[in-house]
Amino acid sequence: MISQFFVLSQRGDHIVFRDYRGEVPKGSAEIFFRKVKFWNDDEAEEAPPNVDGVNYIHVKVAGLFFVVTTMVNVSPSLLLELLQRIARVTKDYLGVLNEDSLRKNFILVYELLDEVIDFGYPQTTSTEVLKSYIFNEPIMVDAGRLPPLGPAAMFMQGTKRMPGTAVTKSVVATEPGGKKREEIFVDIIEKISVTFSSSGYILTSEIDGTIQMKSYLSGNPEIRLALNEDLSIGRTRSSSHDYRSSSGSGTVILDDCNFHESVHLDSFDIDRTLTLIPPDGEFAVMNYRITQEFKPPFRVTALIEEAGPSRAEVLLKIRAEFSANVTANTITVQMPVPSYTMRASFELEAGAIVGASEHTLRAKLTFSQESHGNITKEAGPVNMNFTIPMYNASKLQVRYLQIAKKSKTYNPYRWVRYVTQANSYIIKDIQNSIKEC
Amino acid sequence: MAPTAPTAAKSASPSQPSGKSEVADLKQQLRQLAGSRAPDADDQRRDVFKRVISCMTAGIDVSAAFGEMVLCSATSDVVTKKMCYLYVGAHARAHPDLALLTINFLQRDCRDQDPTIRGLALRSLCSLRVPNLVEYLVTPLTTGLKDPSAYVRMIAAVGAAKLYHISATACIDADLPASLKALMLSDPDAQVVANCLHALQEIWTLEAASSEAAAREIETLYSKPVVFYLLNKIKEFSEWAQCLVLELASKFLPSDNNEIFDIMNLLEDRLQHANGAVVLATIKVFLHLTMSMTDVHQQVYERIKAPLLTLVGAGSPEQSYSVLCHLHLLVMRAPMLFSSDYKSFYCQFSDPSYVKKLKLEMLTAIANESNTYEIVTELCEYAGNVDVPIARESIRAVGKIALQQYDVNAIVDRLLQFLEMDKDFVTAETLVLVKDLLRKYPQWSHDCIAVVGNISSKNIQEPKGKAALIWMLGEYSQDMHDAPYILESLVENWDEEHSPEVRLHLLTAVMKCFFKRPPETQKALGATLAAGLSNTHQDVHDRALFYYRLLQYDPNVAERVVNPPKQAVSVFADTQSGEMKDRIFDEFNSLSVVYQKPSYMFTDKEHRGPFEYSEDLTNLTVGAETTENVISAQRYQENDNDLLLSTSDKEDNGTRASNGSSTSTYNAPSDLIGSSLISSQTPAETSLINTIGPTSSSQSNFSLDDLLGLGVTESPAPSPPVLSLNSKPVLDPGTFQRKWGQLALALSQECSLSPQGAASLMNPQSLIRHMQSNYIQCIASGGQPPNYKFFFYAQKDGATAFFLVECIVNTASAKAQLKIKADDGTAAEAFSTLFQSALSQFGLS
Repeated sequence: MISQFFVLSQRGDHIVFRDYRGEVPKGSAEIFFRKVKFWNDDEAEEAPPNVDGVNYIHVKVAGLFFVVTTMVNVSPSLLLELLQRIARVTKDYLGVLNEDSLRKNFILVYELLDEVIDFGYPQTTSTEVLKSYIFNEPIMVDAGRLPPLGPAAMFMQGTKRMPGTAVTKSVVATEPGGKKREEIFVDIIEKISVTFSSSGYILTSEIDGTIQMKSYLSGNPEIRLALNEDLSIGRTRSSSHDYRSSSGSGTVILDDCNFHESVHLDSFDIDRTLTLIPPDGEFAVMNYRITQEFKPPFRVTALIEEAGPSRAEVLLKIRAEFSANVTANTITVQMPVPSYTMRASFELEAGAIVGASEHTLRAKLTFSQESHGNITKEAGPVNMNFTIPMYNASKLQVRYLQIAKKSKTYNPYRWVRYVTQANSYIIKDIQNSIKEC
Repeated sequence: MAPTAPTAAKSASPSQPSGKSEVADLKQQLRQLAGSRAPDADDQRRDVFKRVISCMTAGIDVSAAFGEMVLCSATSDVVTKKMCYLYVGAHARAHPDLALLTINFLQRDCRDQDPTIRGLALRSLCSLRVPNLVEYLVTPLTTGLKDPSAYVRMIAAVGAAKLYHISATACIDADLPASLKALMLSDPDAQVVANCLHALQEIWTLEAASSEAAAREIETLYSKPVVFYLLNKIKEFSEWAQCLVLELASKFLPSDNNEIFDIMNLLEDRLQHANGAVVLATIKVFLHLTMSMTDVHQQVYERIKAPLLTLVGAGSPEQSYSVLCHLHLLVMRAPMLFSSDYKSFYCQFSDPSYVKKLKLEMLTAIANESNTYEIVTELCEYAGNVDVPIARESIRAVGKIALQQYDVNAIVDRLLQFLEMDKDFVTAETLVLVKDLLRKYPQWSHDCIAVVGNISSKNIQEPKGKAALIWMLGEYSQDMHDAPYILESLVENWDEEHSPEVRLHLLTAVMKCFFKRPPETQKALGATLAAGLSNTHQDVHDRALFYYRLLQYDPNVAERVVNPPKQAVSVFADTQSGEMKDRIFDEFNSLSVVYQKPSYMFTDKEHRGPFEYSEDLTNLTVGAETTENVISAQRYQENDNDLLLSTSDKEDNGTRASNGSSTSTYNAPSDLIGSSLISSQTPAETSLINTIGPTSSSQSNFSLDDLLGLGVTESPAPSPPVLSLNSKPVLDPGTFQRKWGQLALALSQECSLSPQGAASLMNPQSLIRHMQSNYIQCIASGGQPPNYKFFFYAQKDGATAFFLVECIVNTASAKAQLKIKADDGTAAEAFSTLFQSALSQFGLS
């Protein structure tokens, strides 16, 4: 039972505020905002705050706080999923989700909230069903001027953003031409986590993937989405972390996956085809997790050369192991250096890396004190962050995307896009050598 | 929607308006628009309304404009209508008289052609929350529940719950719950069904406090026909409604294993749902259904592992955290089932620190012989982490694993390596751990001390680390060559050391050292005591004074006090009791899991829904809380009568009186009764109560009992050879619950009832009376045909030992499942025989 729902800006302004049950005392939004501000500064507290019997549950989407309050002991996952869904439905209607678009369309958001929650009980969150109850026309904000938001809000981490975003158009807005463009977007988004040892041996690896869909097709045609034929699901327990045995074979093995409720799995076991009638708006068709070893996109070697007692040189080699027609961008490489480092000078900074190339970063460090013999203990690990469009680490492919045809001339645009992002890309140990000088 | 009127133009974008002048301005404009028939009046109205709502959102008090808003409310524009309803709903309570003006057009809209308008009006009508308008609600609600449009029925169902909150009597008198129930079991629209269920649960839960009929109605919600009806339709429901139905199913008491497997097969594919809330709700059903089947329960753990890990990887950090908290709970319950998945709990670079903290705890829990090496290696990596709090946690985790006794040898080496890292906080944390390790494994002292002795106390800034080092210096001063001199230098720097904790430790350490190496320490001891005595901190001062006088009195006594022979600590106290953990597990898929405390610790009583367990004993039984309350209360009633009647047995009267008082303290949260208080109850206290009992007024007993909050046990007497039961045992619910949580299962058996007995078990009371005549008391009961659940207790005659029984009776099969726990495990077998014979006699007399 939800008591209130509100959206706060980063400064704590109310953008929308809806009280469903009138049981939470006044000032809840302020209490929440103070708590969260305080909480961000001091990480000692991690549970969502409970103040005077009021539970505050929030998600942060596009820099905004989506918050619900409740007096009862409800399922936190239910509320968090609901908040994410409200954010997503709102985005479906407004095209772009940010403070500006919400402020311009707050009356429409109130309309949505009226239907999504009644007396604190979640009702429908289907973009399509809601259409018949929404009477406001969305007021579009200029999407070009704004930083584009990712196809999934979950990729919004700070200022990092996804390239190649799905179009930012509302599901209800009529376009200037009057006719809606028939198109469908399928994004395969993979977050990868890899840990390497110093010798380049993979210690742990995991892929968290999502097949995201955004449909602008009219008349709800049925869609068939075919995945790799040799895809297999579920790994026996004994081999679940045996990385050596599974590499080499070409099959994609998912540890586990889950599906959107519109997906029919009738033929999935036979030919790995998902059948679904996509609901309007954006949604995850399928989430999957892979711990099978895969070919990592980058090989990184880190070396510290000690050049005398108070100087050292860091050598970072990054080799892109993907094909040359793919370019990785938004790359950052982090390497903590000893705390007594006074000065560091760099020779090269990489911004984007083209496939099959190698880059070297050289940094000269000067220390304020003599190192205690083992610099490598004080430095590292190296952490890398990147986004590689049109590349997927798991080799999971959409073989084809078939749309049930209404007529011969009906040929909607189909976009299938891949992107791989680093979630945690760590090179643990750093090699050490002593430079003779 | 460009504003056409000049008045509206100046606020085309609804920015944050400011204060009173704005409201006055809005009122003015509304008044002008009220009667306006201008062609653009609708557009203007829209804009002004929008500004009003914008003010409302920003928290500005716009209630002053209520009258004007109502005047403008007659409009055919749906968007304006909605804004008006939103406004009226928020402010009607403050203006009940003016709200009456809105009733008219709302009622008219409730009869509109368009179902959307009808629904909208009905929802707004019910949201007014004005008590004196109740009479206008009942008719539209009753019609609404029968509306041809599912949308309207759906709103009407929730509307009934709203009405109940405004006026419970109006809702009950109109017989709305009955209509809701009928609708729930017949409506073709899944959302209508779900809303009926929401409303019924809310109404009946609140109503149950005063009405037994409502309590029975709640039970019917958990009955097989309702649960199976809803479960069979599960795929028709929206994902949110699915969660509701699953929650209901998790409280269902299946009558046999086939039902359990039917439900699990039906819900198997729910574990593949992309919505984490659905998956967690399904897991709850699986876990709770299989509680009594150990093997299957374990298989459930295996089955749910993969979906949970997938959910952790998908979704926002907030969602992952919620799922991870649940995973954490399961890992803590059954660490060995997760020991091969340890790599899944390795911290990732991008994990927020609250996630890392949970993962560290899980890694600590699942460490066993086979994976300790890998886990500790990983944890040691984190110790060098730039994130200092996590580095600290990692070091602590290594220490905890060492205390779990796996591969201590290697871990001690690792810990000692930490000391070589030469980072202040690492050294400090490690010292604390080494200290704890030495308390458990004194045999390692030799290795540790060699390394610890090399640490300069000057390099340690943190009081905790410094205190740990000082403790070791004192404790092992005979093995550490420099100990007296290090201590001496610390004493010399007394003034620079501000932490009372360090000073206290220093006092004790110097004392210890003195008794081991007197000539070397004597000077330091004098200086320490002098410094301590002149200290302004009360504790430091007092301890110095205490040592000083102790030494003055008799140095031998002082040595016995300061340096007694110590036993190695075998187990460090767990911070959370097993019972607490069980209760959190009962509340799986709720905030309890995230907060890591049971719901009664953070929710008000009035806000505990039908699914919440209350803090009193009734939570041991499933569902049907209210009947149990009633029964328990009745039982106490009887005891009270006993108290009035029995005048012969005075000592019994004394204890009886204190038991009688527990009717008043019955609902006190059990955590108020600190378990330490109870366990520390000394014979002296018992005898105190017993002696007061017969002589003083019962009033004093009441207050004493309130203070202690416990059932008083009788003084031990020589026990008779054959097991006979105390005819009037006394055990209060709090103690029962605590005992039930603490004691191990002594016996678990299945036995049969006589067919007559099974047939005559129409309600719990009949069996309770029968067992009472056999000196077996019931403390709580619940359930409905064919399943009943009872908690009984009995006491060995003349002894303090209690027997606790959980008894689940199935009248259809005439079988009963017994779980017996006993203070005195040796007598459990005899008691079981006695209990079974009593049970088999039921219905035959």
